[in-house]
Amino acid sequence: MANYKIHETDVLVIGAGGAGLRAAIESAALGMKTAMVMKSLLGKAHTVMAEGGAAAAMANADPRDSWKVHFRDTMKGGKMLNNYRMAELHAKEAPDRINELEEWGAVFDRTPDGLIMQRNFGGHTYPRLAHVGDRTGLEMIRVLQDKAVHMPMDIFMECTVTHLFKNGDAIVGALAYTRDTGEFHLFQAKSVVLATGGGGKAFTVTSNSWEYTGDGQSLAWQAGADLLDMEFVQFHPTGMVWPLSIRGALVTEGVRGEGGILTNNKGERFMFNYIPDAFKNDVAATDTEANQWVREVITGKQATVRRPPELLTRDVVARAIVNEVREGRGSSHGGVFLDIATQRTADEIKRKLPSMYHQFIKLANVDITKEPMEIGPTAHYMMGGVLVHPETQMSTVKGLFAAGEVGAGLHGANRLGGNSLSDLVVFGKRAGAGAADYVKQTKPSAKVSEHDVDAAIAENLSTFDHKSGENPYALHKELQEMMNTYVGIMRKEEDLKKALVELDAFEKRSANLSVVGTRVYNPGWHLAMDLRNMLITSRAITMAALERKESRGGHARSDYQGYDPNYAKVNLAIKNANRQMVVEQIPRSPLPDELKNLVEEA
Amino acid sequence: MSNNVHMRVFRGDQTGGGFKDYQVQADEGMVVLDVIHRIQAEQAPDLSCRWNCKAGKCGSCSAEVNGKPKLMCMTRMDTFTPGQTITVEPIKTFPLIKDLVTDVSWNFQVNKKIPPFKPRPKNPDGTWRMMQYEADRVQEFRKCIECFLCQDVCHVLRNHGKHEDFFGPRFMVRLASLEMHPLDAADRLKLIKEIGGIGFCNITKCCTEVCPEDIHITDNAIIPLKERVADRFYDPLTRLFRIFAGGGQK
Ligand SMILES: Cc1cc2nc3c(=O)[nH]c(=O)nc-3n(C[C@H](O)[C@H](O)[C@H](O)COP(=O)(O)OP(=O)(O)OC[C@H]3O[C@@H](n4cnc5c(N)ncnc54)[C@H](O)[C@@H]3O)c2cc1C
Ligand code: SF4
Ligand code: SF4
Ligand code: FES
Repeated sequence: MANYKIHETDVLVIGAGGAGLRAAIESAALGMKTAMVMKSLLGKAHTVMAEGGAAAAMANADPRDSWKVHFRDTMKGGKMLNNYRMAELHAKEAPDRINELEEWGAVFDRTPDGLIMQRNFGGHTYPRLAHVGDRTGLEMIRVLQDKAVHMPMDIFMECTVTHLFKNGDAIVGALAYTRDTGEFHLFQAKSVVLATGGGGKAFTVTSNSWEYTGDGQSLAWQAGADLLDMEFVQFHPTGMVWPLSIRGALVTEGVRGEGGILTNNKGERFMFNYIPDAFKNDVAATDTEANQWVREVITGKQATVRRPPELLTRDVVARAIVNEVREGRGSSHGGVFLDIATQRTADEIKRKLPSMYHQFIKLANVDITKEPMEIGPTAHYMMGGVLVHPETQMSTVKGLFAAGEVGAGLHGANRLGGNSLSDLVVFGKRAGAGAADYVKQTKPSAKVSEHDVDAAIAENLSTFDHKSGENPYALHKELQEMMNTYVGIMRKEEDLKKALVELDAFEKRSANLSVVGTRVYNPGWHLAMDLRNMLITSRAITMAALERKESRGGHARSDYQGYDPNYAKVNLAIKNANRQMVVEQIPRSPLPDELKNLVEEA
Repeated sequence: MSNNVHMRVFRGDQTGGGFKDYQVQADEGMVVLDVIHRIQAEQAPDLSCRWNCKAGKCGSCSAEVNGKPKLMCMTRMDTFTPGQTITVEPIKTFPLIKDLVTDVSWNFQVNKKIPPFKPRPKNPDGTWRMMQYEADRVQEFRKCIECFLCQDVCHVLRNHGKHEDFFGPRFMVRLASLEMHPLDAADRLKLIKEIGGIGFCNITKCCTEVCPEDIHITDNAIIPLKERVADRFYDPLTRLFRIFAGGGQK
């Protein structure tokens, strides 16, 4: 028998970003014995990096806002492929979840009459994002973290899950290792909540950190759970492009929300040329109209004209940028320009966008109060993930739940900015409650087979025995370049097929990685284990992308441009058929009338 | 534009260790963290370091670069003189795990001792009104990314090892963010004095100098907390002092 420590728990939460923390808080509040594990230290998850804000129709900044408008915006932004029940619950519950954060100590920016201030963002009809300057995620994670540490739960930092275990058709536990010692921990858990975030690290140009290796999607699929909407990867339009070493780092959409404009190397404000028909009525037709909107909004008035085209949804803006660059109107480093300097005063920029100011001056020698930024698309967010029940967040495997970026459904084909932070707290809470309820109702056992644990540990340690295998860093780099080239922002059948062939080859090579050094805090070893998950998640993205023969939201095909109405009727599921990955079309059920009316009202 | 740089990186663990030399290619715009990553990828795959955001937002990548406490991801290579050897070593106040990674769990234990936010009752209209100027006062403290660089340089912890008696500047900032929170109703002054050990701070301001978030730790957090503590616990004395100083009674 291999050597490991054993912990018993009712609910095991994997991940300590907004979703994991909120789920763990709920589960502990409902009296469950709760454990929470994470790859980094507490408070360092991706959520800490979120800048712009959390979307919730509180109507503090514009009384015309309501859950109904938020619902409509979310569905339109998701190109109608969203799970409508999730979109409805999210729009209805987000204000309560944000107010709850205030009750737990969050200090959001304020309106002139002392309420939570809300800012504009792409795709949101009214100013809707509760925010704290451009460090909203930090405020959120700190508040949730402080709430969590004062509740009865066991917290394991730098403790990475590598395997889930089942007994029959139900989840019964997970295996993890701690980074500092390399020791293994077996969690015998009656239920598991995945809150592991996304998988942008499979791409070269990304805003994501080392943690984002698609672990949750991969673990769920391996446990037999269905994945959904995996073809939809959000390429955020504004990542930094220069210097190369910082390529991909995010420039918050808040810059455009505060009035920033996009220009090409001819100085043209090109977004006016890319307004899709579906949005023609919502977007300013001229420079003058767009500028008036900005002036009204920043002086706290209700907008009387239409919004600037820079605030179209992210998929539209990202593709416009790619097209400008392709047609020779890009910047010298292959991006375009984002200019706030000519739109707002230096003081305003420093107050509303302090960390952007800081980031550019420190890392790129660019003073954004004086010069434009050079930006281009960066792999940012996965709309797809684990298929879950809209109310309980349970996956298709008993006892396995998912919330936050690792879950799927809320965002459909494209996520609106700000809808993630609110997603985390709305569905994090629901997942915690769902797991607690499952444990109470079904009284599951948590009996993990010793044989399964031994096999999992052996797999994790195998790389130490390969003496002349490949370097995991080199394989990772090749995978990233391949995914960026073949499964990036513009896709076509030929490329996607090549990607599948390459993935087969990578998979073979990954079985022969070799690792040097000991088990103590060994990043090469950690990467070797992460690569297994990246390969599985990359394959799921590629297979779904090959199947969807149209362009919609975060999935664009040069060989099938535009929407195909047949594909509006289906979501794509990635299933595990005897350890083979297969794609299946799931027909969408029609919207109930009252929701349908909301979408069509506009 | 790229050039070869000479890096000396600490390699070792609890059992011992020392600096190891690496020659690395540094490209335009690179920061120290990029160079460390390049060493990992090409020469030393087991070189340990922490990072997450690579943009100064998460506070994971703290280290001492040429002896100065820094975020590696915000320290550009072109700020060094060409040809200069660059040393990178772990922060000192906490036990070493391996290479550039230290055991910072003590900080999380300290945080647990601080009583959480406790809101005052809501207004009759079911809201809490808070004006921006009130928010501004604490938002400075809430910018803290928990890089623990201030803990690294504070002599009370670094040189005197008073981890049992003093929370350190980071948690004075945290306490200030709660004590000055416009909606908070809890009272932490006794804790600040007796368990937090605010008296150990002798206002050297070393912490403020290294804070990457430019939080005025000493002036805006520690000194006002010291005043509150003094007002509460040494009130007769302060009053006496004020009389002698000609301030009269309030
Ligand atoms: C730079 C940036 C800016 C953003 N700005 C915004 C914004 O303004 N508004 C908005 O709504 N959204 C924004 N987003 C998106 C949003 O921040 C993320 O989608 C969201 O924070 C994800 O939260 P989460 O709780 O799902 O996961 P995360 O916060 O990423 O947490 C994932 C957790 O899972 C853990 N984990 C992962 N794998 C494992 C494993 N195998 N074992 C153990 N633990 C594991 C990680 O350690 C981590 O603790 C932004 C994203 C980025 C990158
Ligand atoms: S000012 Fe106080 S807390 Fe800061 S470094 Fe000096 S002694 Fe430490
Ligand atoms: S106060 Fe400043 S130096 Fe100290 S931990 Fe926070 S951000 Fe770092
Ligand atoms: S990596 Fe986040 S602060 Fe340096």
